Amino acid sequence: MNISQALQSASLTDPGRVRDHNEDCIESRPEIGLYVLADGMGGYNAGEVASGMATSLIADGVVEGWVPREVDRLSREEAMALADKLLREQIARANTAVFTTSQNNPECAGMGTTLVVCVFYDNFVCVGHIGDSRLYRLRADTLEQVTRDHSLLQEQLDSGLITPEEAKLSQNRNLVTKALGIDPEVEPELHVHETVEGDLYLLCSDGLNDMVDDEEIRLTLVTLRSNPSLSVQQLVQAANDNGGRDNVSAMLVSVTEPFGVPRGWFARFKALFR
Amino acid sequence: MAKLILSVDGQVLKEHTLSKERTLIGRKPHNDIQIDNLAVSGEHAAIITILNDSFIEDLGSTNGTLVNGKPVKKHFLQNNDVIEIGKHKLKYFNDAPSQAGAADFEKTMIIRSPAKAAPPPVAAPAAPAASDPAASISRTIPPTPEVRAAAPPPVQPTAPQDHAPLPDAAIQVLSGAAAGRTLDLTKNLTTIGKPGLQVAVITKRPNGYFITHVEGGTFPSLNGTSLGATAHPLGDHDMIEIAGVKMEFFFKP
Repeated sequence: MNISQALQSASLTDPGRVRDHNEDCIESRPEIGLYVLADGMGGYNAGEVASGMATSLIADGVVEGWVPREVDRLSREEAMALADKLLREQIARANTAVFTTSQNNPECAGMGTTLVVCVFYDNFVCVGHIGDSRLYRLRADTLEQVTRDHSLLQEQLDSGLITPEEAKLSQNRNLVTKALGIDPEVEPELHVHETVEGDLYLLCSDGLNDMVDDEEIRLTLVTLRSNPSLSVQQLVQAANDNGGRDNVSAMLVSVTEPFGVPRGWFARFKALFR
Repeated sequence: MAKLILSVDGQVLKEHTLSKERTLIGRKPHNDIQIDNLAVSGEHAAIITILNDSFIEDLGSTNGTLVNGKPVKKHFLQNNDVIEIGKHKLKYFNDAPSQAGAADFEKTMIIRSPAKAAPPPVAAPAAPAASDPAASISRTIPPTPEVRAAAPPPVQPTAPQDHAPLPDAAIQVLSGAAAGRTLDLTKNLTTIGKPGLQVAVITKRPNGYFITHVEGGTFPSLNGTSLGATAHPLGDHDMIEIAGVKMEFFFKP
């Protein structure tokens, strides 16, 4: 099964209506089912340096370590473990690179970035994230937030200090508790989820979910299900129509058919000769 | 920084800036805001401030705490809220977004665990009690002066309400089995056509209604012209033809 046939994707990034430059960055490697989104922060234009470094380093690093011909010989559990290990390694490598650059270049001091990264393989998705960039999943007609923000607001919600309704009024919505490239080390959050045919996965920066509420995101994804590129255009447009106060990025991955890896003795035998 | 203005019978008594994580209000002298009146409990209420947000919590007072006329146990304070304790009123002001440095306001910033954080610029307030929900919250790293200098000037984003309210609109089907039916365009997105064959979406935006092709090998037509892949604005009495069905877009009177 060729993964790029099973997954249909579309993405769009936009500076929004207030900012004059875009600190968000997106990268994808559809041939191995890899999607990366980062929202940079820091002085001058350093935010986009951080997000650009993180996305390209992680994308290239994962491509190098994830050779489909070799991964296909692993068991499903081994493939999951490899995805997890590889993402951790590449995130750590990107973190070191961004951190070192910010230490050595005064104009980049204090830069960092949030991150959400997905690797799709054998009917599962391995998701890593840092900060408040999100992954949503639309399954049937239900939208679910897969990642939990590493943010002050999420901590307040978890501790019961504020309710989800009150959270919408909070003035503290822009504070993340974790970011890539800020400290010598970073602990990403990684999880593996099973995918189902028909699922839609949406990676987005906070410029989308701060401006467009979850119900409107859901309605857009359900209504325009058959056309991912129109969906992302519509989402970015809705964020801009609602004020567009931040950079907006959306990457949509549609699971159009199952992408399980055949594991019978014949498939293994055939794999030997590839 | 947010502040409270204490008054009684319309007479302003004092102004208090919420600079501490926990501000105590009560009758006894050790309170941060002392209200020497018998209707006020010794320790009546506390205000917990976390960066730009403040919460009021009634500390089991005898006569209770009202916010905007309603009794509260805990309340997330919003700009212009009025807290009532006995006959005393405390008005809450928090205009953080409009203050200087507003350009930074919505910039994502990192807050770090206290162990790694740089020392705060001002003397840290005394450690709050262990039961304080704010106790685990670390402080934000102040944006460097360079960041402030480089930040773009605050631009007032155009809120949707800046536009004249969009008139209601509907679609009337003119041919086919459903001829004569009208469809009100109340949602932000409404799809028309036949799934799998030809589908278009009508989007309701602050600046008008637009039609866009969604799926199908051929494009729907608008006033006899093929739509193409881009969005087109809809005008009153525009004719749409999709999946062999004619329909008319119109603004409702």
